[in-house]
Amino acid sequence: MNNNFMIIDGIPVAIEGEKNLLELIRKAGIDLPTFCYYSELSVYGACRMCMVENKWGGMEAACSTPPRPGMEIKTNTPRLRKYRKMILELLLSNHCRDCTTCDKSGTCRLQELARRFDIHRVRFDNPKSEPEIDDSSLSVTRDASKCILCGDCVRMCNEVQNVGAIDFAFRGSKMKVACSFDKPLGQSNCVGCGQCAAVCPTGAIVVKDDAHKLWEKLNDPDKIAIAQVAPAVRVAVAKEFGYEGENVMGKITAALRRMGFNLVFDTSTAADLTVMEEANEFIERLENGGTLPMFTSCCPAWVKYAENEYPEYVPNISTCRSPMQMFASVIAEQYKDCGKEILSVAVMPCTAKKSEAAREEFMDENGKPYVDYVITTKELIKMIRQSGIVFSELEPEAVDLPFGTMTGSGVIFGVTGGVMEAVIRRVSSDKSITSLRNLAFEGVRGFDGIKKFEVPTDNRALKVAVVNGLGNVKEIMREIEAGERFDLIEVMACPDGCIGGAGQPTATTAEKEKRGENLYAADKLCTLKFSEENPIMKELYDGILKGKTHELLHVSYVK
Amino acid sequence: MLLNNRTALDEYRELYKNAVDAQKKKILICAGTGCVAGGSLDIYARLIELLKEKGVDCVVSLADEPHDADFHKGSVGVKRSGCHGFCEMGPLVRIEPGGLLYTKVKVSDCEEIVEKTIIGDEYIDRLAYKQNGVIYKQQEEIPFYKMQSRVVLEHCGHIDATSIKEYLAIGGYSAVEKALFDMTSKEILDEMLESNLRGRGGGGFPLGKKWVQVANQSEPVKYVVCNGDEGDPGAFMDRSVMEGDPHRLLEGMIIGGIATGAQNGYIYVRAEYPLAVSRLQNAIKEAEEFGLLGDNILGTDFSFHIHINRGAGAFVCGEGSALTASIEGKRGMPRVKPPRTVEKGLFEKPTVLNNVETFANVPQIILKGSKWYKSIGPENSPGTKAFALTGNINNTGLIEVPMGTTLRHIIYEVGGGIRDGKSFKAVQIGGPSGGCLVTDNLDINLDFDSLKKVGAMIGSGGLVVMDESSCMVEVARFFMNFTQNESCGKCVPCREGTKRMLEILERIVAGNGEDGDIETLLELADTIKSTALCGLGKSAASPVVSTIKNFRSEYEAHIYDKKCPAGNCKKLVTYQIDPELCKGCSKCSRSCPVGAITGQIKSPFHIDTKKCIKCGACVTSCNFKAVKEV
Repeated sequence: MNNNFMIIDGIPVAIEGEKNLLELIRKAGIDLPTFCYYSELSVYGACRMCMVENKWGGMEAACSTPPRPGMEIKTNTPRLRKYRKMILELLLSNHCRDCTTCDKSGTCRLQELARRFDIHRVRFDNPKSEPEIDDSSLSVTRDASKCILCGDCVRMCNEVQNVGAIDFAFRGSKMKVACSFDKPLGQSNCVGCGQCAAVCPTGAIVVKDDAHKLWEKLNDPDKIAIAQVAPAVRVAVAKEFGYEGENVMGKITAALRRMGFNLVFDTSTAADLTVMEEANEFIERLENGGTLPMFTSCCPAWVKYAENEYPEYVPNISTCRSPMQMFASVIAEQYKDCGKEILSVAVMPCTAKKSEAAREEFMDENGKPYVDYVITTKELIKMIRQSGIVFSELEPEAVDLPFGTMTGSGVIFGVTGGVMEAVIRRVSSDKSITSLRNLAFEGVRGFDGIKKFEVPTDNRALKVAVVNGLGNVKEIMREIEAGERFDLIEVMACPDGCIGGAGQPTATTAEKEKRGENLYAADKLCTLKFSEENPIMKELYDGILKGKTHELLHVSYVK
Repeated sequence: MLLNNRTALDEYRELYKNAVDAQKKKILICAGTGCVAGGSLDIYARLIELLKEKGVDCVVSLADEPHDADFHKGSVGVKRSGCHGFCEMGPLVRIEPGGLLYTKVKVSDCEEIVEKTIIGDEYIDRLAYKQNGVIYKQQEEIPFYKMQSRVVLEHCGHIDATSIKEYLAIGGYSAVEKALFDMTSKEILDEMLESNLRGRGGGGFPLGKKWVQVANQSEPVKYVVCNGDEGDPGAFMDRSVMEGDPHRLLEGMIIGGIATGAQNGYIYVRAEYPLAVSRLQNAIKEAEEFGLLGDNILGTDFSFHIHINRGAGAFVCGEGSALTASIEGKRGMPRVKPPRTVEKGLFEKPTVLNNVETFANVPQIILKGSKWYKSIGPENSPGTKAFALTGNINNTGLIEVPMGTTLRHIIYEVGGGIRDGKSFKAVQIGGPSGGCLVTDNLDINLDFDSLKKVGAMIGSGGLVVMDESSCMVEVARFFMNFTQNESCGKCVPCREGTKRMLEILERIVAGNGEDGDIETLLELADTIKSTALCGLGKSAASPVVSTIKNFRSEYEAHIYDKKCPAGNCKKLVTYQIDPELCKGCSKCSRSCPVGAITGQIKSPFHIDTKKCIKCGACVTSCNFKAVKEV
């Protein structure tokens, strides 16, 4: 007889390798409340919301108790309800409760649980009635008055991203999340990946809001408003509007036009340009004994991280600008004589892009940034709602000419391994569909933190690696230091790549992977698979880029 | 001097014993923290100076190799000992032979001591301890000591705490020797299991069980960690052992290493114990020089190293997982369990974690056996327990009594009763995590299980005695203030809950208590106790719960009548002059710093309560006890 089960609220539940009671309880269909539990982070056990009662009346935290056969627990008893309400009341008593004006209103976990547990009254004085804002970072805004000290951000920054920009400081009721020496985040070693905001259950860390500034500039008749939309954005919007959908690039384009954009382009086009340039640079480095391995440069958080942590490897980073910045330079060049001031906007899945746009390398001679505003997917969704657009009813529209075509190579930039796959397609001599299919299964796809594989070429096998999640960089660097030879390494700061960017709506791991599948599906539907097949490339190289590729498409991060 | 076999150890032990025995007289100056603060090191220096001046052969440290039988013959040994425990009476000087004790010694007394007692054989009554008119010449005759049973503290005050040679002279490292040569690991573990020695840090978990669990781990790298982060207000048992008998602690840890297969030991001492740190550092260095610690101890293939880590003073670092995190250089914050420390402790390796007093019990159990150990105290809590006796009691200091001793015995026999003839009200046991015991509990046996039954705990052994003038709400507020300050901040109930409890208590003692406050306090206490992450959090509300249970009427008097029955809460006290008693001398009026007292000479004076700042100067100034606190 199989005894490997336990009793949860009177119902037997099979134990199937769950690490803790919480997973088992949730498997049993009970949404046990938590603030500090994330399966991809270490178990912290601080919020105490997931306490359960054993058959002797003892209390155990479900997140940190391993299931044992024969265990009997209850998840909803008068005592537990009382404790959960008290914990919520205690949290609310030390929390700035300006909910209606809070960025997190409606998606705040504390708000949700307070409502669920019917907290109508807080008996204690609130010392945090006013927001305590740190807006020194260009990517995220912190509000200490809303922090419940669940430590999700700290563990994300340290365990997953290995950035270590924030940690706990001080003790007891004076405890807070702080940067070293209690400096503002903007002066820390934060790389702007925004993953802290992605896991924050309250409004204590939110993505920097630039939408309101953008609204002020839109609809200005003296300006030509031009938007570019990154690949990962199109697969993360539909769910927010309450329906199952996959790639909604057409609807996004239509929505942007209705909001007042004069021109809408697809950053995938610029990604094709990046593939062309990056492949050329890579071949150049390979053939002429340049610095190898070459690291990709699309991800600004990775670039910043490398500058902070591995300055000796900055020369290894490709000199190619990111697709967003390439496109911005091309747009500036294309429309420089149109008679109107360009309002260049990028819709990105990414918070680090906000910091990238403000880098001095990407400003013109007058100090004006090539990208005026970076708005995240979440901000786009908010703007669509503010516009009163009923998204589901929008008829999809195509992006504008003259940059109206893109290839599958550009589209898959949004998922980890995408840049690598596109570059390999470009440098590979075998352009058959079979070889493409083989490539997809040779290790470039999938969500492992580090993927290493070899690509056979005419001359020699290329050793390449794909890394997602900054925490995995250390391992690949250790291998390089140990003498492992790599030719090309793609690094994306966010786990799963841009589809998991902090600018995207919050999603489960499964939902993020679905976004990746949808990008690969979009690639399949593209007639053109190879960046060099994109007819716009030829036009560009023969046209505005002639003699200016270096000036417009490359950058040097070496100080 | 590297002792690389058993014979060498025995030989040198004999040599040092003969050398010590050859000394005609020995002066042991208490060099515990209390007496050092009272100037005992100056006394030490002055005594040496005087002896030299007077041509007395004085030995400050034993010769390395006193092979000549006459080496120290007829000399006077001058030694810095560990804490004698009777801190109330310090600085203390003990003179052997005879076990004479001088109390409250000053540098100016040294000349007389040397002249009369050392060169002559005369006792100086002036420096003796006196109680009820009786002069107690001998330390062991003093009721404070006579009523104790010293096992862990047996050497404290009796040997030079800074010399391994003196420790060897009294048979030091015999327990390590026995464990290393005459016992298998299993035999050691069995002996410890059989002894039922329970952890003295508060939890009372059997040491033997813990050691067996660590010994059974397959991971080859293991650690022995000693918790010397004694943070309870008023507790100093562990400090005294570390300062007064450091080698005994090292022995306990080394035996732990032999039994469990650990190769390294860490002592986590709070940085506020600089003397303990330096004594331990000295002891480790000496033990290494003698080959009793380090690689290949006594020529065997057993190696054990001991390291010292200084804690920065966070109370929470006394919690096991916070302590190991702190040693690792991380933030001192408890983590969720499992895994337990015995599985994954320091550096994620199986770890024995016991406190100082627990380790200090080990050598004697190895030497005298578990049967002897179990003959002391009750069956389920055998052995002795050291307590730090403080508060409104006549004899404050460090004591050691068998487990199961009654509170009455400790307070009235060892402690000499309540100070100033006042009556006993309560005793806070177990520090900020414990509870209070009241008159009804005076005959309770102090052991792990009996205390648990009345909602208190033995804790690490702090005993704060309170008399009738202590306000129990204020006591609860004091301990809650401590816990609130010392909460690490990790889990919500402890971080936020203790803060709210403190707020309410502060309001109550300030006269701003409201109806419902007691209920809210109990509700918060219940939530914290049931849901906090670590032991410190779970017990954070105990002082409040226990004072409400025993003194609810005091809370109610504060809340509803705005009165403090003990007259302790200044904000609830008003001062009045009894016109019947007042002679109209105007002394109170002149002593009042805010001019709140007015009146005419030879007529009763009057206090303006609006101006009064409740400093109490008038009360002390009045010769006729006419100023009353109401």
